[in-house]
Amino acid sequence: MAKLKVPVGPDDHVQGPAAAPITLVEYGDYECPHCGHAYPIIKALQKRFGKQLRFAFQNFPLREIHPYAEAAAETAEFAATHGKFWEMHDLIFENQNSLSEQMFGELAQSLTLDRQALTEALRSGAFAERVRIDFSGGVRSGVNGTPTFFINGQRHDGDFELEMLGQAINKAAGK
Amino acid sequence: MSNILPAGTPAPDFTLHATPHQTLTLKGLRGRPVILAFYPADWSPVCGDQMALYNEVLPEFQRFTAVLLGISVDGVWCHAAFSRDRKLHFPLLADFEPKGGVAKLYGVFRDGEGIAERALFVIDKNGTIRWSYCSPIAVNPGADGILEALENLPK
Repeated sequence: MAKLKVPVGPDDHVQGPAAAPITLVEYGDYECPHCGHAYPIIKALQKRFGKQLRFAFQNFPLREIHPYAEAAAETAEFAATHGKFWEMHDLIFENQNSLSEQMFGELAQSLTLDRQALTEALRSGAFAERVRIDFSGGVRSGVNGTPTFFINGQRHDGDFELEMLGQAINKAAGK
Repeated sequence: MSNILPAGTPAPDFTLHATPHQTLTLKGLRGRPVILAFYPADWSPVCGDQMALYNEVLPEFQRFTAVLLGISVDGVWCHAAFSRDRKLHFPLLADFEPKGGVAKLYGVFRDGEGIAERALFVIDKNGTIRWSYCSPIAVNPGADGILEALENLPK
């Protein structure tokens, strides 16, 4: 079974306490409808498991089939440098059906980020390398599509409905 | 489960259609590592299916000068449409006539269903299989095993 080769590090985007007994890692693509489906499921899991659960999101844009996936990932990374990764992550998923460069600018504005600076960062590819590193680490860890989840470092090969993921988390927690 | 050809076996040669008007012969690729990715069928209904994933990982394969070949029992026109739809940047070979003939040579044909397994082979530049892997049919094997095998090839 595939194992996470790149552990969650200080530069990663994480919610929940570092000491949580369960770490859930998602490799995701903002334009992937299955990741959009998983988005509220993760929220529900976070609510259910509270401080027991740490969640990390890693970029895995499938550029060839999702034309806005890369720009979306870079937009979230841009927001991260202003301390607003999760706000942007959530906004992008909540507006998944209408992604466009224009939309990314509007989302930036709504988070009081500099829209012009975002446009410039997307144009110059300032965050492309960051996204590529996530992608490459994911490939090494056996990410085989989006979303791919790892629970305490083990790839979760079942479906990612609330019930199934909840059970897998309980199992990893030894419950 | 199939009798997949193991590492150390010479890779059986074959010639298959890569497009409706062009064929590709394995032997013609000597000098470069070859990744043979057998899969059951075009048009699997998920994002990031196996071929879409490999399409994204191509630059990593190319660092090893490796050639990636997808192969299934689908016909040339089906492959052409699938490849165009998914914007694939590597050839899909049609193991169509005789059906699954090459999959059988490599020990990865599923008799009852008439399709290939999800099976991966890394062939070295001299034409010897250096790594092979057969995944459960419902599980996309990802690309980590291929990359590891490419790294382990003798220089």
